[in-house]
Amino acid sequence: MSIFHAILFLLAGGGVAWLAERVHVNASRWVSLIVLIAGSIWICMVWLAGADAAGNYGLVEFPWIPRFGIDVILAMDGLSLLMVALTLLLGVVAVVSSWSEIDQRRGFFQANLLWTLAGVVGVFTALDLFLFFVFWEVMLVPMYFLIAIWGHENRGYAAMKFFLFTQISGLLLLLAILTLVFLNYQSSGEITFAYHKLLEAQLPEHLTGYLMLGFFIAFVVKLPSIPFHTWLPDAHTQAPTAGSVILAGILLKTGAYGLIRFVVPLFPDAAMDFRWPAMLLGAGSVIYGGYMAYSQSDFKRLVAYSSISHMGFVLLGVFAWNVLALQGAIVQMVAHGFSSAALFMLAGALQQRLHTREMDRFGGLWQRAPRMGVIALFFVVASLGMPGLGTFVGEFLVLMGSFQVDVPLTVAAAIGIIVAAVYSLSLMQRSFQGGVNPDTENMADFGAREMSVMVLMAIALIGLGVFPQPILDISAVVVNGLPGVGS
Amino acid sequence: MSMELLWLVPTLPLVGFLILLLTGGRLPNNIVALVACGCVGGSALAALIAGLAFLEQGSEPYSLLMWQWMDVGGFTPAFKLYLDGLALVMIGVITGVGFLIHLYASGYMNSESGYSRFFAYMNLFVFAMLMLVLGDNLLVLFLGWEGVGLCSYLLIGFFHDDPENGYAARKAFVVTRVGDTAMALGLFLLFRELGSLEIQTVLSEANRMWPDGSVLCTGIALLLLGGAVGKSAQVPLQTWLPDAMAGPTPVSALIHAATMVTAGVYLIARMHDLYLLSPSAQFAVAVVGVVTLFISSFTALVQTDIKRILAYSTMSQIGYMFMALGVGAWSAAIFHLMTHAFFKALLFLAAGSVILALHHEQNIFKMGGLAKKLPVPFWSMLIGTAALAALPLTSGFYSKDAILLTAWDYSHGGMWFWLFAAIAAFLTTLYSARLMFIVFFGESKTEPHDESKINMWGVLVILAVLSLIGGWFGLAPLAAVMPDGGLEAAHSGLIVWVTAAVPILGVLVGYALFGRKQVDFQAWLESKAIDPLRRFWFGGWGFDALYDVVLVKPFIRLAEINKNDVVDLLYRGIAGLARSLHGVLSITQTGKLRWYAANMGAGLLVVLALALYI
Repeated sequence: MSIFHAILFLLAGGGVAWLAERVHVNASRWVSLIVLIAGSIWICMVWLAGADAAGNYGLVEFPWIPRFGIDVILAMDGLSLLMVALTLLLGVVAVVSSWSEIDQRRGFFQANLLWTLAGVVGVFTALDLFLFFVFWEVMLVPMYFLIAIWGHENRGYAAMKFFLFTQISGLLLLLAILTLVFLNYQSSGEITFAYHKLLEAQLPEHLTGYLMLGFFIAFVVKLPSIPFHTWLPDAHTQAPTAGSVILAGILLKTGAYGLIRFVVPLFPDAAMDFRWPAMLLGAGSVIYGGYMAYSQSDFKRLVAYSSISHMGFVLLGVFAWNVLALQGAIVQMVAHGFSSAALFMLAGALQQRLHTREMDRFGGLWQRAPRMGVIALFFVVASLGMPGLGTFVGEFLVLMGSFQVDVPLTVAAAIGIIVAAVYSLSLMQRSFQGGVNPDTENMADFGAREMSVMVLMAIALIGLGVFPQPILDISAVVVNGLPGVGS
Repeated sequence: MSMELLWLVPTLPLVGFLILLLTGGRLPNNIVALVACGCVGGSALAALIAGLAFLEQGSEPYSLLMWQWMDVGGFTPAFKLYLDGLALVMIGVITGVGFLIHLYASGYMNSESGYSRFFAYMNLFVFAMLMLVLGDNLLVLFLGWEGVGLCSYLLIGFFHDDPENGYAARKAFVVTRVGDTAMALGLFLLFRELGSLEIQTVLSEANRMWPDGSVLCTGIALLLLGGAVGKSAQVPLQTWLPDAMAGPTPVSALIHAATMVTAGVYLIARMHDLYLLSPSAQFAVAVVGVVTLFISSFTALVQTDIKRILAYSTMSQIGYMFMALGVGAWSAAIFHLMTHAFFKALLFLAAGSVILALHHEQNIFKMGGLAKKLPVPFWSMLIGTAALAALPLTSGFYSKDAILLTAWDYSHGGMWFWLFAAIAAFLTTLYSARLMFIVFFGESKTEPHDESKINMWGVLVILAVLSLIGGWFGLAPLAAVMPDGGLEAAHSGLIVWVTAAVPILGVLVGYALFGRKQVDFQAWLESKAIDPLRRFWFGGWGFDALYDVVLVKPFIRLAEINKNDVVDLLYRGIAGLARSLHGVLSITQTGKLRWYAANMGAGLLVVLALALYI
């Protein structure tokens, strides 16, 4: 099965899941689960099969709209492989986490879930800029529906906000892509959207800065970085659990992926001129996101802001642009995928049981649900970057790499680690420790289904923290091939 | 080679932790105790065997590679254990004293819920501390370093239904993390300059690359000192330690004696080459130590909670170790670390027995006359305080004496260091005497119920013996590691006698004040003239209050103000503007045909007018 077939498989799986509801009310989620497990097995096999000489794990290439130089080019190098694997695995988590949460229009829900994931897989593999943009949109529209239809009390507002932010930044991206293609046409005489050809484009110097900014803004809105982050707390808080898991675990990574894949390689000089402001935004996000996380009283909103803080490390690491920092950023992307997905799943489980996300109404939940307590403790500790877990490897490598580039900003981001301890432990205290709230009586603990997913994610984080080398080896090939990084 | 057993030393406590974690509280208490104590005991045994083999082959450093942690961009930390004289002393203290504390706790915690969870955390604590001292790489050390912080958080907040305990636990974690962050920055700087975090490589490279007094080296040494100050509860990051008393008493013993607070001392001793290269950083270590020991002994003198008295005494004893490192008494610092581990574990566990017998009463003024009723805790406390006060022939005497005498010879104002340390030593004896006389003599105020079993009082007896004779042996294996080549006893003259006389003077004054009650000390403290000073001391010299006003309150206040994210105002503003424009335009949409026709006419006129005139 090629990448192309895998994407088609996910799209078709969505259709089947939608229709399956007519057979049986619960059939859709089984279809969805089976499709995603099959996808996960496929990606594992691709991984085990190893890369070709050029470092690709798969490549599909055929013309699509030859008149405009648009091709279907889907390629998977180490970075794409990691991201696609994360996407499919967290897809499974998302389906399991929404197993009993969604009780209306189940088929359409699963369809949107699978279509979003198909879009994401496309984004992580497309090496034709037009195709990339198409997938960029494909992943957003179903996500909009997930929030707008199955979201919580203020879903309309949150979905609209999410849509506007991403559409406006998407427009910027489209304009930047078209301009890039046009400028390349002017200098080379060939209309092409192919990534590898555009890498060689001769661009007029006074325009590259603007082009770079167009791409940059589109991607950091997605990341998100301050000051473009405010869609995220609303979208996350209102989204159904599966939506939050995908949003935090995967969709944010498309922004980071875009920075690594497109912004710096396409415009190396302009991007390096912009290094300091970009790193400033990264460090600022670390601190501001962490501080805002501490300010929240809504469990899910706190986790949402913590994502901003963690993704700030990725931005910092990408623009530090050396092996250590980039490798750290990639590990951080994977690790944050698991840790945030788990915390959002926990938030969803709590809301489903207690019908509130306000931590003032939790308290002492450890007594009620000790298994949830242990899981919460684990992922809270992961979120504050404990050595031995993947999040530490990511953050430490990012900081170590960025220290070689800019000391003051690294110091600022390192202070963010203290803030992380403050908000993480405060989350633990306010929900699971302290006096027991009588309203929470009869709260069910995690069952086998939830525990098994949580334990798998915990094992992934420990593995990433203690034996990160396999992941580092996969991404090393990509990182060493980036312009200006190679060692 | 039996030295290969070294891998078992950290692994066994980890295994114990995993067993207790995975069984999730389903095991009966005695099995839990067996697993927990067995694993730490096994670890102690492995440490003993490996240690004997190490000494037998002539104390050559031995390293054992477990696996490569990562290999990225020239950064190649490995999980590698490194055993030398210093590490040997540390693992001996951690596993030995740690095992005794586990044994005691198995009795102490028997009636508490969460027995299994408690021992899981305790085992993890021991594991983390062992990684800290055995790590061959600063990153592995950092793993243990953070792990110790995590476990202290878990154990201080063990009784987590009381929010106060949770607060104390978070305070400990966050305050120490401030230091950890400084230390992490130190590691980044080290790596940037030397390209490695492997301790032996770093030390030899530093000696090769940097001149004496190098600014870079000073910076790194000071950043590492920041980390040490946090973990070891030294000024200015000492404020978490007294609150950490919220944890169960065996936890206090573990934190204060075998793990955690000694980590900072270990770090500086381990990285001693950096401090030798930078006399100013070393001087800073001495100053931190002397300031801490001085202020905390005043604070200990006015406390009323038995555990808080001991907590401040720990702070001040660690202060002695820091001062020792600073003035170049390297071996004496580690020696004091070891003797302190014996007598502080003894003191805390004996205090635990007193507290348990009095149904969790911790105020010393509600105790009294316990000497006859609780003989084992009484004799334990007596021996423990004697060692703490460094009375001649106890273990504490040998180590503290060595520190004071080396301080006297220190070339940068050694006399002053000696003077402050001697005053603090006098105060130490004074508050020890106060503790003993108030708790164990005088009239009885609460009736004790001694329920301790052999595993509890037996531990007290062993520790009491160690506190007495633990100083007779010295520490030969250290000589090869520490730059001063082991303990030296080349002091002479009047100063030797004066130094030894200080604690004895303290005993006499203490007896007069608290035994004979020549003066009512407590009433004097609370008299109008002295009371402000007493309260100042009592509150730990105002550090908590200062941090509260300068850091904590503004942090919380700003968080409350900005809960709704000021940045979002911009976007909400844009949305609001769009909506109000929409509102203005929709006024025109009236649905009245006449109004539309009139507007069309007016529009036509305007267009015509424009066409004519332009």
